[in-house]
Amino acid sequence: MTDKKQIKLTVNGVAYQREVETRWTLADFLRIDLGLTGTHLGCEHGVCGACTILLNGHTARSCLLLAVQADGQSVATVEGLADDDADLHPLQQAFIDHHGLQCGFCTPGILMTLVEYMADTPEPDEAAIRDVLSGHLCRCTGYQGIVAAAMAAATELKRIAAHDG
Amino acid sequence: MMDSVPRIEDPALLRGQGRFLDDIQLPDMLHVAFVRSPHAHAVIRGIDKQAALEVPGVHTVLTLADLSEVLTGERLPLGFGKAAGLPADITPFVLCKDEVCFVGEAVAAVLADDRYIAEDGAGLVVVDYDPLPAAVDCRDAMADDAPVARQANTTNLLATFDVGYGDCSDAFHRADHVIAVALKHHRGGAHPIEGRGAVAQPSPIEDRLTLWTSTQMAHEVRALVVKMLGCDEAQLRVVAPDVGGGFGAKFLTYPEEIVVAAAARMLARPVKWVEDRREHFLSAIQNRDQYWNLEIAVDHRARILGVRGEMIHDQGAYTPQGLNLPQNSALSVTGPYVVPSYQLNVSVVETNKVYTIPVRGAGYPEAAFAMERLLDKVARELGLDRAEVRRRNLITADQMPYELHLKARSGSPMLYDSGDFLECQAQALAAADYDSFPTRQDAARADGRYIGIGIANGVKGTGRGPFESAIVRIGRSGQVFVHTAAMPMGQGIATALAQICGESLGIDAAAVRVIAGDTDAISMGLGGFASRQTVTAGSAVHLAAEAVRDQAIDIAAMLLKTTPDTIVLKDGRAWDRDRPEQTLTLGELAEAVAGVPGYSLISHTTTSDAKPGLEATRIFMPESLAYCNGCHVAEVAVDIDTGAVTLLRYVVVNDSGRLINPMIANGQLQGGVVHGIGNALFEKMAFDKNGQPVTTTFAEYLLPTATEVIDCEIINMQSPSTLNPLGVKGIGEAGCVPAAAAIASAVEDALTPFAVRIDEIPITPERLVEHIHTQSSTSR
Repeated sequence: MTDKKQIKLTVNGVAYQREVETRWTLADFLRIDLGLTGTHLGCEHGVCGACTILLNGHTARSCLLLAVQADGQSVATVEGLADDDADLHPLQQAFIDHHGLQCGFCTPGILMTLVEYMADTPEPDEAAIRDVLSGHLCRCTGYQGIVAAAMAAATELKRIAAHDG
Repeated sequence: MMDSVPRIEDPALLRGQGRFLDDIQLPDMLHVAFVRSPHAHAVIRGIDKQAALEVPGVHTVLTLADLSEVLTGERLPLGFGKAAGLPADITPFVLCKDEVCFVGEAVAAVLADDRYIAEDGAGLVVVDYDPLPAAVDCRDAMADDAPVARQANTTNLLATFDVGYGDCSDAFHRADHVIAVALKHHRGGAHPIEGRGAVAQPSPIEDRLTLWTSTQMAHEVRALVVKMLGCDEAQLRVVAPDVGGGFGAKFLTYPEEIVVAAAARMLARPVKWVEDRREHFLSAIQNRDQYWNLEIAVDHRARILGVRGEMIHDQGAYTPQGLNLPQNSALSVTGPYVVPSYQLNVSVVETNKVYTIPVRGAGYPEAAFAMERLLDKVARELGLDRAEVRRRNLITADQMPYELHLKARSGSPMLYDSGDFLECQAQALAAADYDSFPTRQDAARADGRYIGIGIANGVKGTGRGPFESAIVRIGRSGQVFVHTAAMPMGQGIATALAQICGESLGIDAAAVRVIAGDTDAISMGLGGFASRQTVTAGSAVHLAAEAVRDQAIDIAAMLLKTTPDTIVLKDGRAWDRDRPEQTLTLGELAEAVAGVPGYSLISHTTTSDAKPGLEATRIFMPESLAYCNGCHVAEVAVDIDTGAVTLLRYVVVNDSGRLINPMIANGQLQGGVVHGIGNALFEKMAFDKNGQPVTTTFAEYLLPTATEVIDCEIINMQSPSTLNPLGVKGIGEAGCVPAAAAIASAVEDALTPFAVRIDEIPITPERLVEHIHTQSSTSR
């Protein structure tokens, strides 16, 4: 029993038109149909946050969305964070500098959440960072390196914004 | 030099370019969904595949009988096959035969064009079950009239064993005080955020199968799958791609991996299985329950004379590995303390729950919890400070090396080679402002807040043998390679090994390519467990890199027509110290000894004794475990209305010997501590009275999140181990060993006015409120 539908969407700025099965999740569509395997599945029930992407700039669990729900929308995934092969996004660099990842499986979802949050909140405090991270499960780090990386990234992003402004 | 260099693993992972198991997509691949038992215990009367087979896209449905043509046996061989005295029929079946023994046990495999269709099919396979009574609580399961966990059993008591030394009866006879505790220690599952999974691909060209699996032990998986398939090692390559955490869950060859490999061979097509989280809750290993009844004999000065008691361990329905988990617990009770006599009787009991093997910490956290609870009670009953009781009993630095009167399961003596446990505790107390805590506590209580401080010490045996291997090789391209059977799964071991190799060869860690988790890369090795890899693989890499360094220097001296003592390796080149303009790259050195057909190895030297290639293979065999130690001090606040426990401070002083990369080492400690916090306060794998798991999502089974934990304040002591050339001790599990004990101590301290006793973890808010109310009403 298959039920297919044509969808059009942009992912990381690239336009796609695809026929998808209506019951497929957005996560499976991104990972399997588009080959964007940076978005990970840790629980498939909306708790762990590993599959977090941006839908029209807002965080969403791609395991709880159907691909057809993204029809006509704009999706951003971890693959689109860095501008090019040479440079990392300041948030990615901060994760290296502050040991914000170990196995790296939960990391893409966390990066997407922090990207959205920092765009809204240029001067976060640690409690606020922890609050926003509470939608993500990490079994490796104990969150300490993630919080440190996020705080450092916020400072760097603010510096860049001031410089650009 | 060794330093906190950035991890070589990070850039790809941060760009979404990691390659995890589920990222592997192959043409023509079939996807597996398992039909799993809904009953804790039942007889299988029949399996009807018909409705599933009619689903478009379902390719086949396989049962144990179907797979028998490609398997050499119906059940897995016992891992750790040397485990003595265990019966033969205790391991899991590849797929259930005629009985299911826990909820989630795999009965059949549906193979379809995608996972969605496979799950449709799995829902339509009709299994005719005849339910049987289940053995659920391991204490109840010991009763004569208890239901048996497996029909082949006459008893659920799988094994009993005694561990101990010295004259306990004399110690308890002489004691001024005998103090007892009854404890329940629960640890749930491992829960790496990436679950288990496997992909098998038969080669269309060679008689060969490649099995990618998310594992902590590629070589062991190969050995077991070779045995189950009846093939040879050349016919099976096992590769672990990027592994998204292990924590013990992936230190086992699972029935599902056998099914994937067997099905791919049978159908001559690639086959993939990736579990969902519910499957991990149901069918990945757990650590689960131990019940401890312990008593301690002390003299009037609170000096320990002896510890004795019994422990009951919930093994689950099968025994895939052996008894290493309860053995570790039993062997590690005495921890960092001088305990002149010790006796523990252990009962290992089968139940209708998924089988247990060690989760991160591997039996040590349970033992530390038991010992530390005893010492807190000694302090309370003798009216002494908790730190003082420990101070009087810790092994002193001048007793090092300290040989315990116990032997590890390898038969080697248990020996603490170095460390200063008293100093470690002293530093932790100082960092946590322990001495001023009573003042702070009084002030808080005057303010209606209940705060407490807890202390716990722990040791962890690390660097477990028997060996690990490494190859260091410089290619003609100039690329330096490390090949190892050590298994990266998030710890940063690739970076640590690259640093160790780079230190010998005078290059940056980033210039070393580490090839791990691939049975084609190196012939043997054991993989990732027991905080062992920096010790064992690190030492093997060090020895191999030193050998290659010597080779490179000899060749450079020949080519530059000087003596080896003037050659230094730096920045990827060999330099003549006396003539800095004379240099050769590592690639040029490798090229020089690569050989040209028919010519002597280094053609312009007639006296050359150079050997082909720049390459060395070394194996490191540790004589015994390298014990790390630590002292944790936790400060908590307890809300007496809600039972909520809030962490206020967490201090760790840890001694894992020489640190290769302090940033990575501290990350391991932080993660370990938070795992321990999860066990102490949140994680509970619950079953109902029929053995039905009732916590099968992350909404029901709580892992710590960023808001429940705080930053650990870490101090590293670095007493070099004398047991390996690097002076290192393991660290991956160190953080979780004393953590739950420290938190229990702190919660109990906070609730002193209510005389609440913590005898069980996790410490749930419901139980705390219940305790507080009970004590309040009795005291009124």
